[in-house]
Amino acid sequence: MKRLAMNGDQAIALSWKQIDPDVVASYPITPQTIIVETYAEYVANGEVKTEYVCSESEHSSMSMCIGASAAGARSATATASAGLAYMWEMLYIAASMRLPVVMTVANRALSGPINIHCDHSDSMGARDSGWIQIYAENVQEAYDNSIMSFRIAENMDVRLPVMNCLDGFIVTHAIESMAPLEDDVVKKFIGDYEAIHPLLDVKSPHSHGPFDMPEYYYEHKYGQQMAMENALDVIRKVSEEYAEISGRKYDFIECYRCEDADYVAISIGSTAGTMKQVVDDLREEGHMVGSIKLRLFRPFPFEDVAKMLNGRKGVAVLDRAMSFGASAPLFADVRSATFDNDSRSPTFSYIYGLGGRDVGVEDLKRVYYDMENGTAETVNYLGVKL
Amino acid sequence: MISIKDMSKKPVRLTEGHRLCAGCAEPIVAKQILLATDKPVVVANATGCFEVSTSGFPQSAWEVPWIHTAFATAASTISGVEAAYHSLRRKGKINEDIRFLAFAGDGGTYDIGFQALSGAIERGHQFMYVCMNNEAYMNTGIQRSGATQRGASTTTSPSGEHIPGKREFPKDLTKIIAAHKLPYAAQASPHNWKDLISKAAKGFEANGPAFLNIIAPCPRGWRYDSADTIQMAKLSVETGMWPLYEYENGKWNLTGETKRIAEGKMERRPLIDWLKAQGRFRHLLDPANKAVVDDIQENLDADWDELLRLTKL
Repeated sequence: MKRLAMNGDQAIALSWKQIDPDVVASYPITPQTIIVETYAEYVANGEVKTEYVCSESEHSSMSMCIGASAAGARSATATASAGLAYMWEMLYIAASMRLPVVMTVANRALSGPINIHCDHSDSMGARDSGWIQIYAENVQEAYDNSIMSFRIAENMDVRLPVMNCLDGFIVTHAIESMAPLEDDVVKKFIGDYEAIHPLLDVKSPHSHGPFDMPEYYYEHKYGQQMAMENALDVIRKVSEEYAEISGRKYDFIECYRCEDADYVAISIGSTAGTMKQVVDDLREEGHMVGSIKLRLFRPFPFEDVAKMLNGRKGVAVLDRAMSFGASAPLFADVRSATFDNDSRSPTFSYIYGLGGRDVGVEDLKRVYYDMENGTAETVNYLGVKL
Repeated sequence: MISIKDMSKKPVRLTEGHRLCAGCAEPIVAKQILLATDKPVVVANATGCFEVSTSGFPQSAWEVPWIHTAFATAASTISGVEAAYHSLRRKGKINEDIRFLAFAGDGGTYDIGFQALSGAIERGHQFMYVCMNNEAYMNTGIQRSGATQRGASTTTSPSGEHIPGKREFPKDLTKIIAAHKLPYAAQASPHNWKDLISKAAKGFEANGPAFLNIIAPCPRGWRYDSADTIQMAKLSVETGMWPLYEYENGKWNLTGETKRIAEGKMERRPLIDWLKAQGRFRHLLDPANKAVVDDIQENLDADWDELLRLTKL
């Protein structure tokens, strides 16, 4: 596999090109736009067979993906921030209709104030929509996650839409060295799309999206929950198969120098990359620290998180989003996951990097110093200027 | 034109047993539309009376593939289905020649679904969009929409001591759609089924987006006896409140009773006949509200003259 230099958006577009979805329906929004621009070039040059539709809004993009998926087509889209918020209604509908739509989210702060830079408020807000959510640390991972997303979504024990998240600008626009798979390897890995009762099977008419009264709605929601639970095994198996073709093995969580660490911080996305440097620096100074990268946020890998965080002297949970008036999203789930641990670790919430506020190695060291010095509060606002 | 006898032999695509009200115009309109083609049809349906009443899980009144996603999304959902069709046809996975149809009410068309409809038409998807226009949000209990007539009393534009019903005129949506310069747009009414079906047949074969705006009187919202729906539709056309016309490849044509009135072959009935027939306008019969009636009359005459001018171009 030849290594190439490209940014995260181009890597997503490349993965789509190799998959060649039947339908791509999308609307431009920063910092996702390079994906749909690059894909438009593939279409214009006849490099893909996709029916590529430029919608008049993200609400319609998602509606089109739903219509296309129900019709029997493999469908994909991409969005960010306000675009994801504009889709909100349709996110729940895609999930409840059990349609394996794959969407890349270039994580960007939600308005207002309007801001185009990275945080996770967009996808975290959609955490309860019934979509699987996978987060990438870097360009390579964004590409790999994109390919795996289709297999996960389309698995018959799952059949849920997947959100493939990468940090706006930090991953979407930064050029990195990465190794794509060969086209035929990707095609073989993905396989043919298998539709369930497609609308275009006109000889066997089915009704999609009917009205549910109280005697049925609850059971349909329960079905979604079961599918989410099934997804854990499926994601693990897909990751194993992907390791065979790529040599890159992914898990729900990835631990960095955690084995003997007293203090552990858990984060999502590109920050987990910075954390490796932080941990290396602090280890050199003799601090017993480690870092965990959470790759899968929905379904939440409760068992893995609980096990890894048992018996630590301190756990810091880094959230690039807030839940105003309550615990930040990752913190709430990590605390819940570790509540029944034999040796529950003191757990601290760190809010950071909102609206693209740069967070570097020195800023993040403070998280560990706070825990060691006993100065960490339950909730901390890293780098806020007061 | 196919005869009514032949039509009676066609397969039923929307079955009996749905839960729409007695006297509802919508299943009448839908059946007429579905009779207008023998090709396989896939239907997308906006949220509304028609959707909830034909799809209560685990039953369905639909004998053709059918999808509902949300209120604003009839046009965008069918766009996605149609995009899938082109993709899968190109890949040789589908061979049938399929027609795509969207149904929505006036709320789902004039208001919340307008952007999606405009976008779908601009993109040139091959589909026919049918607005079943009962001039208010009937499913949620008769609230005013962008299609509600001036003066109509609805639950959000009630006639009160200070305000005599809805203050605004409806937007002229059919002309707004025609301004997209699509292959085919028309207004129709279920009382004139021949006219409606022939328009639907043209829409199905328009080779691009087609739009039908169909008056669909609602006994609950318009306040008339449920036996009178077809009469009410006819009255809408004969008073000129709902003119029958089509916009076909850039040309405007009057049809049905509207054409006959314009040609002097029949009289346009007075506006007051239409107002008197419906409880939603009852307050306008009060002499204190004469100014509102005059306003509606003036607007009706101006619209009528404008339509005649367009059709003579």
